[in-house]
Amino acid sequence: VLSHRCAARVGLLVRRLAKLRGSGTALPGLVVERLDPRFLAAALADLPEGVVVITGTNGKTTTTKMVVELLRASGLKVFSNRSGSNFTRGIIAGMLGELDGRGRLNADIAVLELDEAHAIQFVREAPPRYSLLLNITRDQLDRFGEVDYTARLLEKVALATTTGVVLNRDDPLVRRIADTLPAAVERRYFGSGGSVKHLFPDDRHLYGTRPELSPEQDSPDHAADVILSGLSGKSATYSFGDEAQPAIELGMDGVHNALNGAAALSVVRMVLGDRAASDVLLAALGSVGPAFGRGESIDVDGSPLEIVLVKNPSGFRLALRSYADRDAATMIAINDRYADGRDTSWLWDVDFESLSDVEVVSGTRADDMALRLHYDNISVAHVEDSLPAALDTLLAIEGPKRIYCTYTAMMAIRGILASKFNLAGIQ
Amino acid sequence: MTTNSGGLPLRIVHLYPEQMNIYGDTGNVLTMVRRAQWHGYDPEVVVHHPGAPFPDDVDLIVGGGGQDSGQGLVAADLRALGDHIHDLANDGVAMLMVCGLYQLFGQFFETVTGERMDGIGIFDVATYGGPKRLVGNVRSQTQFGEIFGYENHSGLTMLGEGQRPFGEIEMGSGNNGRDRTEGAIYKNVYGTYLHGSVLPKNPRFADALLEAAALRRHGVFTRAPIDDQLAERARSRARQLGV
Repeated sequence: VLSHRCAARVGLLVRRLAKLRGSGTALPGLVVERLDPRFLAAALADLPEGVVVITGTNGKTTTTKMVVELLRASGLKVFSNRSGSNFTRGIIAGMLGELDGRGRLNADIAVLELDEAHAIQFVREAPPRYSLLLNITRDQLDRFGEVDYTARLLEKVALATTTGVVLNRDDPLVRRIADTLPAAVERRYFGSGGSVKHLFPDDRHLYGTRPELSPEQDSPDHAADVILSGLSGKSATYSFGDEAQPAIELGMDGVHNALNGAAALSVVRMVLGDRAASDVLLAALGSVGPAFGRGESIDVDGSPLEIVLVKNPSGFRLALRSYADRDAATMIAINDRYADGRDTSWLWDVDFESLSDVEVVSGTRADDMALRLHYDNISVAHVEDSLPAALDTLLAIEGPKRIYCTYTAMMAIRGILASKFNLAGIQ
Repeated sequence: MTTNSGGLPLRIVHLYPEQMNIYGDTGNVLTMVRRAQWHGYDPEVVVHHPGAPFPDDVDLIVGGGGQDSGQGLVAADLRALGDHIHDLANDGVAMLMVCGLYQLFGQFFETVTGERMDGIGIFDVATYGGPKRLVGNVRSQTQFGEIFGYENHSGLTMLGEGQRPFGEIEMGSGNNGRDRTEGAIYKNVYGTYLHGSVLPKNPRFADALLEAAALRRHGVFTRAPIDDQLAERARSRARQLGV
């Protein structure tokens, strides 16, 4: 086993060689991890403000981006993992570029998005100071088995957290985790209130059987630190404790993203304590644009092309709801690789009736998607398995366009668009 | 949703939609509703929740799979309804039970630690908690031809002597991964591990359920031509999938 510094140097060398060969980013992380299995824990342990971990089924990438921007606006030097590199070795690979001469991470704090599947291994190696638990809904059951199992994974993340845990008050499965925490760990809540409340359907609302809760039944058990109390278009109002803040204009669509904003504000307020300046945080939140493939908009010959990642029923439902009032030529691309989920049953738990018609469906399971739409009586103009051909079909249409896509389809589509348009910001 | 107010009625019961719903089971209900409409019937969906009185005049019952945590509540309610469901089954009511409810329509489910949860014994099958989940694409050969779906279960289901399986496994694990059987049949009651959802991609099976329901209720099943090209495409794609 080499010293931390040595492992870092070897890693940097491998990284340079890998770059010359044009190969991926995981290899240097793997090499470093082999040379020094405690590399990650050691690098993170040195950070003066510790580690913030963000996990949950939906919204991890967007919320991580928000937290990073809020902390940066407050003057901290932040290390964060890039989207998709949720594995420990992906995080290490990302670190190599941010090390100082002594192999130490040149940052005040790390903000890390953790996939539920890798969260346990990570928190065992590097217990976070803070964790933010967003939500638990059905996602890729072929990977995780059952929702209850996912809840136990998040609980383990919370239990490994040393200083404070921020939880979604509106999600019963997340809220319940608070009861298991030791008394010394601070817990805070974010949530929605007022007119925003009814905008969040949970999985149970899908089955059309749950009557709307009366305000008394719905009275929260816990006061929330940050509440999303109003939303009109992109104009969001947050309350800190009981204090309503001035409305801000968000940089992205969707009620779920506005709630992600409440989550980000709450965990940043916990990290900063007395140093938190409300006006700075709100201004920073307003300037955060959509993350990679999460509703980001690309200009194609003067009209917007939106790329919307959909991974599970609740995410797809929220996305359809967010965009329902802005018409666009629609493409849906469904792959069934491991990262997408092999089982496409989840498409049957999404109600597509808000779409009037669909221009093209694509991906390895295009046929399943077309069949799904058929059963909602939605017409599909083209079924085209090949993503490049499907994109050609979509791009030939004038006016606004929107693509709903699973993870590997999103990565492929971005790649194709990058080579077609050579647009800035597209990798 | 379009309705055929002039069509003959069919009453579909969705069993425990809040507890047993995690594998696209609502897709099976939607498929029954749409195909009934396309054949000219006027379907109505009634949900049954634990503790509520069971609906009357039932023509078709659809139920799915759920979390372990929801199973106890559902099992207790189901056992209270056991005699009634036996009567309906013996009277020829069509039923589709997927995954968790397939198990509870059997004799019992025994966990790895030996705890036993009794079912209602429509099928002479017994399910034992297994060491690993059986997960992946499935193709089985049945009286309705090839059936395509996806399985995800840890329970291993063993058929009693004389219990008819629903299909023979051509790809995937099925009841237990050993004897190549998949699901079970009793009269017009079908139990299966396949979701996907199973009915949209297997229209012959879907129509067989509707036919059984319509024949029992109205004495005749009038079949309208349905364009199943998209289902055929999805089936040929499924034929190429690996486990």
